Amino acid sequence: MGGFPILSAMLLVPLAGAIACLFSEAKTARVIALAATLIDLALGIVLWMNFDVGGAQWQFTERAALFAGFDYALGIDGIALMLIMLSVFLMPVCIGASWTSITKRVGEYMAAFLLMEVLMIGVFAAQDILLFYIFFEAGLIPMYLIIGIWGGDNRIYASYKFFLYTLLGSVVMLIAMLWMVIEAGTSSVPALMVYDFPPEAQTWLWLAFFASFAVKMPMWPVHTWLPDAHVQAPTAGSVILAGVLLKLGGYGMIRFSLPMFPEASAQFMWLVLGLSMVAVVVTSLIALVQHDMKKLIAYSSVAHMGIVTAGLFAFNTQGLEGAMVMMLSHGLVSGALFLCVGVIYDRLHTREISRYGGLAINMPAYATIFLFFTMASIGLPGTSGFVAEFLSLAGVYQISSWAAFVCTTGIILGAAYMLYLYRRVAFGAQVNEDAAAMPDLSTREYLLLVPIALAALWMGVYPESFLAPMRQDIAVLDARLSRAAPESDAHFMMGEGTPAAEAHAEGGGH
Amino acid sequence: MELSNSLGLVLPELILSLSGLVMLLFAAWGGDRLSSAISIACCVALGAAFALVAPSVCAGASGPDTIAFFGQFRADAYAGMAKLMIYAASGAALIVAPRYFERLGEMRAEYPVLVLFAALGMSIMVSASDLLTLYIGLELNSLSAYVLASFLRTNEKSAEAGLKYFVLGALASGILLFGMSLTYGFTGGTSFAAIQAAAAAGEMSTGMLFGLIFVLAGLAFKISAVPFHMWTPDVYEGAPTPVTAFFASAPKVAAVVLLGRVAVEAFGTQADAWRQVVIFAALASIVVGALGAIGQQNLKRLLAYSSINNVGFLLIGLAAATQAGLAAMLVYLAIYVVMTIGSFAALLLLRDAEGNQLETFADIAGLSTTRPALAWCLLLIMFSLAGIPPLMGFWGKLVVFWAAVEANLLALAVLGMAASVIGAFYYLKFVKVMFFDEAADRVKGEADTANWALLAICAVLISPIGYLLTGWLVSIANTAAGSLPLAG
Repeated sequence: MGGFPILSAMLLVPLAGAIACLFSEAKTARVIALAATLIDLALGIVLWMNFDVGGAQWQFTERAALFAGFDYALGIDGIALMLIMLSVFLMPVCIGASWTSITKRVGEYMAAFLLMEVLMIGVFAAQDILLFYIFFEAGLIPMYLIIGIWGGDNRIYASYKFFLYTLLGSVVMLIAMLWMVIEAGTSSVPALMVYDFPPEAQTWLWLAFFASFAVKMPMWPVHTWLPDAHVQAPTAGSVILAGVLLKLGGYGMIRFSLPMFPEASAQFMWLVLGLSMVAVVVTSLIALVQHDMKKLIAYSSVAHMGIVTAGLFAFNTQGLEGAMVMMLSHGLVSGALFLCVGVIYDRLHTREISRYGGLAINMPAYATIFLFFTMASIGLPGTSGFVAEFLSLAGVYQISSWAAFVCTTGIILGAAYMLYLYRRVAFGAQVNEDAAAMPDLSTREYLLLVPIALAALWMGVYPESFLAPMRQDIAVLDARLSRAAPESDAHFMMGEGTPAAEAHAEGGGH
Repeated sequence: MELSNSLGLVLPELILSLSGLVMLLFAAWGGDRLSSAISIACCVALGAAFALVAPSVCAGASGPDTIAFFGQFRADAYAGMAKLMIYAASGAALIVAPRYFERLGEMRAEYPVLVLFAALGMSIMVSASDLLTLYIGLELNSLSAYVLASFLRTNEKSAEAGLKYFVLGALASGILLFGMSLTYGFTGGTSFAAIQAAAAAGEMSTGMLFGLIFVLAGLAFKISAVPFHMWTPDVYEGAPTPVTAFFASAPKVAAVVLLGRVAVEAFGTQADAWRQVVIFAALASIVVGALGAIGQQNLKRLLAYSSINNVGFLLIGLAAATQAGLAAMLVYLAIYVVMTIGSFAALLLLRDAEGNQLETFADIAGLSTTRPALAWCLLLIMFSLAGIPPLMGFWGKLVVFWAAVEANLLALAVLGMAASVIGAFYYLKFVKVMFFDEAADRVKGEADTANWALLAICAVLISPIGYLLTGWLVSIANTAAGSLPLAG
């Protein structure tokens, strides 16, 4: 790529777009926003094509000492690359999803979304811990506005809860970051990732980071802001929230908590596994009894994120890879599910499940696509969800068969609530006349949903495309974690051929 | 020789006092029709003083060359940086005022002169290296401020503000004087160098400790740190808005910088003696400032609590008691001044069709649909005050907490940071009211160019663009803090 600062360009394009949108009419603002996100998507594809798989760990690095105390340092590894791709892929979809449904203050709306994109790419590309924090926290401002201005009836409560909850989670992390910067004498993330902090300090540093990431993730029991935020946010807001913002927590753990504090991570493994198990089971059960479609999908997100955290703290390659694929897959699938809800919400203006029914009759194409994403969310083989769940649970099984057992029930419960949702919305008799009169997908809606479906299918059939760029980084992380990895309870015996007679004598009764 | 040297060092103060006296004569004989000319002349005087101070700040003036009048006065870079902020804030208070007072028919020629004298007093305060100089500067500033608070003679609230400020201010001065006399009695000197030497000599005697505490209490009143903050909301609400803008910016700078000098220069060897007081005041200010603001409907009252809240963060920098802590405090002050001036400039732009000032939340409901530019500027300022990145307010907090963590005050940093979330709640209310609520459409007043320009400058400075200045700001603050003759 020569010396072209492509990451800065990816930040600048939406930023310029956001400023332009702020001063534009509704129509022009939509076009500007779509153009800016598409340019960013194109830049993202260029980025991926030029990413040297198996090459240097940090690529496309840029560094400029613009500020006092921290640097403007950007750079990505495979993990960041994949999450950036997810962001730039979902952004045009978000703009498209708001094309007709947002009619008031369009310029400001588009500006807020473009700003979100800048900040999300910034979070994943930041190579300076304080720069990361700035991008990480700044995301609160546009999201607060998106929920508060364009949200539903209870939007003010939801926006406050979202803002204060996540802010409270992350303030202590800043102090921890400052301590680390002072202790290590550098604020560069790659340098901090290989710095060995004293184990006793790691404990509280880990907790400080965990407070922030657990809220962002969100993990049970600090997930309660998420259903509120999702229900009140406009469709595109939910897509970006579920698709990318929830990934910030997982990204934070894989980038900071695990490599920087391996000992503390091992120490707190059971805390994370325990919370993950509870999250998977409890939120799945909560999802089962929801009447509100968006709330149901929001709770399912918490359950899926539980599998991500379990996979991350499995201390092995499968778990980490599974967690990453789960994040990507969930970003696509839950984003698409919120879009599916948005499609029928735009027609009937209600999220009540009981107001729909029998949509497969009058909206066959919609029902098909909705079914695909339902299956992908459940984890049907051939979809991205299967790869994600299989890998992460295989990883978890190696560290604790009990945790794997409990988390696996989440798949069954997941199937239960998703299929129950689908049955009530798409199958059965057409009890509501207005719902029965709804037209099928428009071209715009096809354009939004089909690319996501294809991506989810691709990830399900050939996950290697997505795993390959991350493999080396995950191997590096796994190697760093190995010194602290807790002992597994499964006691695998691999490659040791025991004589048959002896095996009979000792363990014949198995 | 010594005298001419000294006079050279106090040249900015000389300019201010002489031009103030001349303006006073003009005001006495020329009357109020000269008020705008006098305003401009005072701005020029402040600008001249600013230009005179700036080089010494950049050069990092320190050491014996900066001492004037046999140790009474010290024109080092630390004082210089504070003076720059004070002159700039005073200038801003002059710029926003005419429009406000003219509508009430109260634009009198004394206003700019009083601001000028207050600025002179503050200038002496920050340069004081002797308790007596300190007191002279402080009183010159305070007496001007009392008059300014009750500048709207016919307005009951303004008169009440002036009276309250005067009574409580006199009490605080008394406490301060008492503390100074104790300090003098137990150290045998009034100059900071003598106090430093006496304090370094050994254990701190109970009498000296009492003196220190009383001096701190008197100064805490001036910076409105909890528990000496009670006057702030009333005075801020009652005083004319341009005067409130002035109170919230320049005197805060002067008193905080002075407090830093007294604590770190005079009592620097006994940091443990005052650190717990400062830590308590810091945390209490953050919490009380945040909680008190929650129920407020009046925007000026709310900003008063916000200033109390901000003082808490300033004191965290001081609590570090290191050079880095003082530098962080100066950086935070600079950002705080910009945010304060910006917020009051925005407040002054809230006028209804008849030109009356609007000051409550109900008035700014839905401002973003009727006056988007103003609403967005206020949004930037509020998020900045709340310390949300990527605005400059965050960076101010960052450097302050950085210093605290560096000085191993982890618990203070964690508590302060957590308490800042409470403050975020009411700053968010600003945004909520302006952006989420139905438009009340009361703000109708026509634009005021000078005010707008000031607001625009402040908004740009606290936006992420301001980060490009951080390198420069930090280096200046570091030289300034480095110019203090630290003990040990």
